[in-house]
Amino acid sequence: MSHDMSENLPEAHAASHGTEVAAHDDPFADPGLPAHEPRRTDIDERAAKRAERQVSLLFVVSMLATIGFIASYASIDADKLVYIFPLGHVSALNFALGMTLGVALFCIGAGAVHWARTLMSDHELPAERHAIEADDELRADVIEQFKTGAAESGFGRRKMIRNTLIGSMALVPLSGVVLLRDLGPLPEKKLLHTGWVLATPAKPIALVNMNTNQPMKPEDIVQGSLTFAKPEGLEESDETFQQQIAKDALMVVRIAPEDIKDANSAQLGFEGILAYSKICTHVGCPISLYEQQTHHALCPCHQSTFDLADGARVIFGPAGHPLPQLKITTDEQGFLVATGDFAEPVGPSYWERPR
Amino acid sequence: MKKLSARRRHPLAAVVVLLLALAATGGLYAAFAPADKAQADSSSQSLAIDEGKKLFAVGCSSCHGLNGQGSSDGPSLVGVGSAAVDFQVGTGRMPAQQPGAQVPSKKNIYTQTEIDQLAAFVASLGPGPVAPDSKQYEPSTDPATNAEQVAKGGELFRTNCSQCHNFAGKGGALTNGKYAPSLEGVDAKHIYEAMQTGPQNMPSFPDTTMPEEQKRQIVAFVRHTNDEPNPGGLALGSLGPVTEGLFGWIFGLGTLIVIAIWVAAHTTKAKKS
Repeated sequence: MSHDMSENLPEAHAASHGTEVAAHDDPFADPGLPAHEPRRTDIDERAAKRAERQVSLLFVVSMLATIGFIASYASIDADKLVYIFPLGHVSALNFALGMTLGVALFCIGAGAVHWARTLMSDHELPAERHAIEADDELRADVIEQFKTGAAESGFGRRKMIRNTLIGSMALVPLSGVVLLRDLGPLPEKKLLHTGWVLATPAKPIALVNMNTNQPMKPEDIVQGSLTFAKPEGLEESDETFQQQIAKDALMVVRIAPEDIKDANSAQLGFEGILAYSKICTHVGCPISLYEQQTHHALCPCHQSTFDLADGARVIFGPAGHPLPQLKITTDEQGFLVATGDFAEPVGPSYWERPR
Repeated sequence: MKKLSARRRHPLAAVVVLLLALAATGGLYAAFAPADKAQADSSSQSLAIDEGKKLFAVGCSSCHGLNGQGSSDGPSLVGVGSAAVDFQVGTGRMPAQQPGAQVPSKKNIYTQTEIDQLAAFVASLGPGPVAPDSKQYEPSTDPATNAEQVAKGGELFRTNCSQCHNFAGKGGALTNGKYAPSLEGVDAKHIYEAMQTGPQNMPSFPDTTMPEEQKRQIVAFVRHTNDEPNPGGLALGSLGPVTEGLFGWIFGLGTLIVIAIWVAAHTTKAKKS
C-alpha cells in the first residue's frame, strides 16, 4: 500500500504551504488561515475506495451484530451461565445481548466517524461574525409601531383596565405559594418522642426481641451479646411499622458493671444491660456494628463511633450527640421493660431540637 | 407385712432403707438424665480432657496460662465452652500467630480429634456453649423446608448480621484495623459456633435471644448466598452501587475518552506534519 503519492499532490498547495505564515515587515500581522491540506483519500482514488469499503464493513458488522442479538434472544436459555475470563460466571443471555447490541451501536458510530474523517468534505469554512443589532431604520420603525399600538390599546388612558391587569398578574403567583403548604404539615412533636412515650411507671412497655418476637428476661442477655428490640405492641404487620421502628429500634447489650464508665448510664440500665437507640445521631442510619470487646458501636454510613460503655459518648466521626439511652428495669414477672421515653429525641439533630 | 414390720427395729434396718433409697434415686437419675451429661464422667471423656490438657500446655498455655486462667497476652478461657475452642482452633485463628488488631483465620494444624480433646479440656474449666452437632447446624436437605429456612434466614441475617458482614456475607471494615471477615467458604459448623460464642469483637447471639433453629436458618441463608450463581459477572465485592458506579465511570467512560483522544490524535491528512 506504500506507493508514492507526491505526484498526486496539487502543485499550488505544495508551493503555497507555509508562505502565508511567514511575516516580513509586521511581526504581529494576522497570519490568516493555513492552507488547506488534502487528505490521502482526496488525492488517491484507491485510498478513497479502501475507506469506503472500511466504512461499509463497519456498517455490515453492525447489521450482523443486530441479527446476532435477535438470534441470541431467541436461542439462549435465560438460566444458562458461562465462564468469561475476566468477568467470571455470567448469564450467557445477558452477555450475548450486551455484546451484540454494544457491537451493533459501536460499529454504526465508528463507521460514521471514519466516513466523516476520510470521505466527507473537510474544507475549512470560516463563518464571519456580524453585529447582532438591527440597523437604525428598522429600530426606529419598531419603536414607532410599539407607540402606535400602546396608544390604540388605550393602556395609558384607561387606568382601570391597566390597574386591574396589574393586580391580576400580581395575584397569579399566589396560587403557587399556597401549594407550598403541601410540603407540610410541620413535624410538631413527632420528632421529640418515640413509641416508648406510651410507657409509664404504672404501665411499663416490655422490650420485645426482634428475632423471637418475645419479651426478654435479664438472664437471656449474656455479656458480649447483641440483641435488637422493639416496644411490645408494635408488630411488623402494622401499617406504620416502618415509621415507628425508625424511631423505636433498640440495641440491647450487656457490659460487665465494672466496665461501665458512666454512672448515669449504668443507672439507666439494669444490672449492666443497656438499651441504646439504634438510630445514629448524625443522619439517622441504623447503627449496629457493635464490637463486644471494645464496646464500640460504629455507624456504617459516616464512621461515627460511640463508646457504649461510656454512655455512648461520640469518640469518632461527625455525630453530634451520644446515642440516647432508654431507662429499663424489670416488671413483676421479671421481663425487661421501659417505664418511659428516651430523655432526649432520638436520631439526627433538627432546628427545633431542645438543647 | 408382719415379718417386715417385726424387723423394723433391727440394727441394720436403717442401712437397708438408706441403700434402697439411694438405688431408687440413682436409678431414676440414670433413667431421666440427659445422655451427654450422664457421659460426662465416662473414662473416654476423662481421657480426652487429659490429652487436651497436654495439647493445651504445648499450644495455648503461653498466652492463656497453664490452666486457661488467662494472662496479659490472652484472655481467661474459663466458661468459654467447647464451641469457642472448636471455632477458634478449627478455623486456624488459634493458636494466634502474632498480636494485632484482629487474629485472622489461617490453615488449621490440628486434627478434629485433637480439637475435640482441647475443647473437652477447656469445657472442663467451666460451663459454656457446647460445640453443636450436625443436626443443629446443617440446613434441611428437603428442598421445600430448605427454601423456607433460606427465606427466614435472610430476614434474620439482614437484621442481625448484615451490618458488619455485608448483605451478601462478603465482610466489611470495622474500627482501628478490625474487620468482619467474609463468610464465603466458612463451614456451617463454624458459622453456628461464631453466633453461639461471639469470637473476638463479634457480639454473641446466644440461644436465649436467637434460638437454635434461627441460627440454622441463618446458616442455610449464608450457604445459599455463597452457592447461588451470580449472573451479573464481576461482583466487585458485592458492595453495591458505589463500587459499580466508580468502576463504570473510571473504566467505561475512561475507555471512551481514550478512544476519542486516539481518534483525534491521528490525522487523515496526506502530509503528516
